[in-house]
Amino acid sequence: MSEIPKEEYLTTCTAACAGCSSSLSLRYVLKAAGPDTVLVVPACCTSVIQGMYPNTSFNVPVYNIAFAAAAACASGMSKAFRSAGKKTNVIVYAGDGGTVDIGIQALSGAFERGTDFLYICYDNEAYGNTGMQRSGATPLGAVTTTTPAGKTETKKDLDRIVAAHNPPYMATACSAYPLDLYKKVKKALSIEGPKFIHILAPCPPGWRYNSDKTIEVGKLAVKTGSWVLYEREYGKLTVSGPSRTALKKPHPIEEYIRAQGRFKKATPEIIAELQQSIEKNLARIKKEEEGIC
Amino acid sequence: MLMISTGNKAIAAAVRQAAPSVVAAYPITPQTEIIEQIAAYVAAGEVETEYIPVESEHSAMAACIGASATGVRTFTATSSHGLLYMHEMLHWAAGARLPIVMANVNRAVGPGWNTWAEHTDAFSQRDTGWLQVFVGTVQEAYDATLMAFRIAEDERVLLPVMVNLDGFTLSHIMQSLETVDLGDFIPPNRLPYAIDVENPMGYGPMTGPDDYFRFRWDIERSMRDAHEVIRETEEEFARRFGRKYGPAEEYRCEDAEVVVVSMGTLGKEAEVAVDILRKEGIKAGSMRLRWFRPFPDIDLRGREVVVIDRDYSFGFGGVVAASLKAKTGTECYNVIAGLGGQEVTYDDIAEFVRTRRIGEEMWFGVSE
Repeated sequence: MSEIPKEEYLTTCTAACAGCSSSLSLRYVLKAAGPDTVLVVPACCTSVIQGMYPNTSFNVPVYNIAFAAAAACASGMSKAFRSAGKKTNVIVYAGDGGTVDIGIQALSGAFERGTDFLYICYDNEAYGNTGMQRSGATPLGAVTTTTPAGKTETKKDLDRIVAAHNPPYMATACSAYPLDLYKKVKKALSIEGPKFIHILAPCPPGWRYNSDKTIEVGKLAVKTGSWVLYEREYGKLTVSGPSRTALKKPHPIEEYIRAQGRFKKATPEIIAELQQSIEKNLARIKKEEEGIC
Repeated sequence: MLMISTGNKAIAAAVRQAAPSVVAAYPITPQTEIIEQIAAYVAAGEVETEYIPVESEHSAMAACIGASATGVRTFTATSSHGLLYMHEMLHWAAGARLPIVMANVNRAVGPGWNTWAEHTDAFSQRDTGWLQVFVGTVQEAYDATLMAFRIAEDERVLLPVMVNLDGFTLSHIMQSLETVDLGDFIPPNRLPYAIDVENPMGYGPMTGPDDYFRFRWDIERSMRDAHEVIRETEEEFARRFGRKYGPAEEYRCEDAEVVVVSMGTLGKEAEVAVDILRKEGIKAGSMRLRWFRPFPDIDLRGREVVVIDRDYSFGFGGVVAASLKAKTGTECYNVIAGLGGQEVTYDDIAEFVRTRRIGEEMWFGVSE
């Protein structure tokens, strides 16, 4: 951890919930990006975490924009900085709802155009800001306020959608592995063009676990293979260190599921389906890393 | 330089001279020619502009917002459904006090699918905080666009400006255009609160009732100040380039007993109608409203008024007539005409005046 700068760009007094992993992630994202950075934030938890006018808990400029518009706003900003001869990092920090649902058109457009920016989706698998309604990123079986019996559809595979745009760099990360995240942000910002990082961000009130378990739950997601950490540089996939074990032999999904209240209505059939999808995904990633597909 | 140009190409010519750093746009009929021409200028290296071909109008305005927030000059163009798709971002641009300039080629809104002229698209954005000017000729489309950048970027205004021109009847017709040597008519864009990494701030964060309310009042205060900025800009334009404009273009109004009030190209038709009526001994005049927001102070006391609305607010009335009545207390004969590109000639307008029934509303060719 010694290579991580001591400078803080996120103050200690934010409006985040206790145990909030997306603000923990943001802390490391900003440490990696440094002060010559502008954040673009659509409606999401981060737009609340920054606090009320006239205060801000961020030590970089943060531009709040409407829900559907983050990637497009960042496109304009990136081009404007280029026209002014500035190298400023433009980073979108958006939740899963603003990315996989309402914001996906703008995301796709910005990636297709080769916008020079970093889009980060911190994924707490629901609309956390408005009180945990289901999003396209909510996993099968999870209880949310709009899926009280458990979600009947599977999680939208955002990473394969983004990968189809062939960005020069994309990666997955998890708030439980901040050094891995830090390195990925550093690498992403060293590359010209559109970059994407998808962070799994466990959410204590939404996932219904005690706020001191945030790191533990994140690690369980990785150990069970529910969330796989990897990078894809110019199309070449490399699985990251923390996910190596899961790639060989994942812990049973039950360990991850039992740690959270949101899966309390998940039937054995749903748990089996989740386990199957993990195995299918791991097999696909293994093949891709070996260059078989 | 004197040339022949369409309304669309006149707008593009003005944009090239104003040289925005960023243009983000999405094509829509009948606006396409504007952004095609700008794309051609950029491709030929005739203007130093970053052109962003976005995937939707919502994104076009969002990209302009992101760019403008850094302090650079921005432009976009749209029409009809494109403008409506931008609606959310129009509020955002004005609320964020960004001096974005946009051309809107006025077009009907479906269904039924219709690409011809109507003012409903622009009027449905009237409460967004954008200044709105409506032009009547190719020359005016060019002149108003140049002035729009200066007005929007004035520190007393810092609000976005929409330049409206009628679809096809102005966007695609050819008229003479005299371009100007711009010189320093548009000063460099200086945004007092541009994004600055040396001085990090939160832009557009959550805001409590008191501050939010103050911000709304601040927009209104700037709208009121805009009257003066518009007047100064139009006077300066007249001094430098010899073409004079005002909040409304009056034609033979001095001694007029009946005045035709309209907007856009119908206002130019009304001038011909006035000449016909004058020959018949009817003391008619024409008043073409140029600015819709801020709404101009006009004096119609002692005259009969015929208002032609190329728009309608369903369940209520013509928007221009209703605005005039609310602002001046003037009763009028409200003619709803030209919707979806319906042909309205100067002879038709003369007939509206001859058969006027003050206090009534008539849908031309439909309700009778």
